[in-house]
Amino acid sequence: MSWFKRKMQGVSTPTKEKKETPEGLWYKCRSCKNVMTSEDHVAHSWVCDKCGFHERIGSIEYFRILFDENKFTELNRNVSSGDPLVFEDTKKYTDRLASSKKKTGLVDAVRTATGKLEGHLVVIGCMDFNFIGGSMGSVVGEKIARAIDYSIENKRPFILISKSGGARMMEAAFSLMQMAKTSAKLTLLAKAKLPFISILTDPTTGGVTASFAMLGDINIAEPGALIGFAGPRVVKETIGKDLPEGFQTSEFLLEHGFLDYIVERNDLKSNLSIMLNHFQVK
Amino acid sequence: MATFLDFESPIADLNEQLEKALEIKAKGKVDVSEMIKDIEEKISETQKEIYSNLNPWQRVQVSRHPERPYTMSYLKNMTTDFVELHGDRNVNDDKAMIGGFAKIDGHSIMFIGQQKGENTKMRQYRNFGMANPEGYRKALRLMKLAEKFNKPIVTLIDTPGAYPGLEAEERGQGEAIARNLFEMAQLKVPVICIVIGEGASGGALGIGVGDRILMLENSWYSVISPENCSAILWRNWEHKEQAASALKLTAENMLENKLIDGIIKEPVGGAHSNREEMFENVKKAILSNLKELISMDAEKRIEERIEKFSKMGVVED
Ligand SMILES: [Zn+2]
Repeated sequence: MSWFKRKMQGVSTPTKEKKETPEGLWYKCRSCKNVMTSEDHVAHSWVCDKCGFHERIGSIEYFRILFDENKFTELNRNVSSGDPLVFEDTKKYTDRLASSKKKTGLVDAVRTATGKLEGHLVVIGCMDFNFIGGSMGSVVGEKIARAIDYSIENKRPFILISKSGGARMMEAAFSLMQMAKTSAKLTLLAKAKLPFISILTDPTTGGVTASFAMLGDINIAEPGALIGFAGPRVVKETIGKDLPEGFQTSEFLLEHGFLDYIVERNDLKSNLSIMLNHFQVK
Repeated sequence: MATFLDFESPIADLNEQLEKALEIKAKGKVDVSEMIKDIEEKISETQKEIYSNLNPWQRVQVSRHPERPYTMSYLKNMTTDFVELHGDRNVNDDKAMIGGFAKIDGHSIMFIGQQKGENTKMRQYRNFGMANPEGYRKALRLMKLAEKFNKPIVTLIDTPGAYPGLEAEERGQGEAIARNLFEMAQLKVPVICIVIGEGASGGALGIGVGDRILMLENSWYSVISPENCSAILWRNWEHKEQAASALKLTAENMLENKLIDGIIKEPVGGAHSNREEMFENVKKAILSNLKELISMDAEKRIEERIEKFSKMGVVED
């Protein structure tokens, strides 16, 4: 159980993240209502030990799970959104951004970093659903593009964890073009023969599914994640019927040929290490 | 009978007067030729006035005008030797996405575009221009075919979106579009993409990565339609006009934001009011852009294409 120990160390080292898992607090599974201590929940990679439900987590947690000893160098940390369209609906976009930043402590909906994963030097990007639904605006596209540049310059594999409702409407066509931008950048990574591993997590929909998330040399998903292009509500309205059970889940996508495999979060790191070994990039 | 949009009601009124005058003329008892000339002049003036001042929502309406020329009309009227090619070689032939070789001024070009139907029956048949994954895969097959024989590609974009159906999801709508973005970015032949009507979201972008992205003057291009944007952000359908403005979806806005490379002028009154002129304008735009692109080295062209898309977006460092 070496992964377990490592994770426990990861939990106890970074002091600023300690407040998330105060001792004596309980986690109640959203799926089976099983109650476990928050500490146990964290130690199980935020997966229910009874039913295996994968709780939604963000970049802080994924980096902790994947990077050796939770050590990494964040790339382009301070790249943040402009408001190119001076967008305003019921709220100003700048106000939405400000309140999201305050609420989450994040700068935007993706963080990118480089470090070691079981000794492999890698670049990892991870989306944060808490930040305006993990929506892809200019910052998400730009940070992914720069992370790919960094991967190429330093000959490191690129791993991207998707978790997004899709486009960021408040950036309209700028948001749309991030799909083309990130996909175009991935052609350069492919040309450099560096692996791109796409990890799809709950939820991955819209423009993210229709661009980088589906373009992995291998596409992996966590169990039970919602993955699709159109959201289930839209599909339901289109066909005017209830959706079949399990529609647009990871298992559904695997069955239809769009995923290489599904991996449980507790096995994610060791699995990635095996894959990286196969790709022979060390 | 011409179809008039709500903001065209002054033109519709004048048109009614014109029709009455023509009836009188047909009876041959009264000379109304002066009157007819007057009305015709007024129509043209009014049209010019209205069309020089269209707001974004009105342009969206023009882009969806039932008489607006669709992809097939361009192919039939702007090119010669068009041979339609069918099927994705896998599942079926998507009727919402058409393509094939055609000639303009001696150049063989691969044309690909969404196709909307021109009447109720055909609209169903064409699935309202909403392609399934097979459509995007057919498009890619044709692009690869063009690349193999070193022929340039022109895509004509006109879609309210990729089809959000159950089978579309089963067969990987997201993957199909993503694959096209990836492959189009590195096609070795010149690629010109023209939004001729509606450019809605990933469904439009799925055939929209190229060396030149052009928009017709009254087309629109964005991540979502104004109606759906209104529904999501305002939680009702009433704010579509406001949404159309906020989305900055017009050709002019898109050019200002450096998200497209050029605008193709429409005749006064929109593409449908003078189709021949529209076909001619599009043909000229294709030829002039093609001339520039053909003379470039393929690697250089790909590099510039990727560079162009890489620059899109506004961030603060
Ligand atoms: Zn549970």
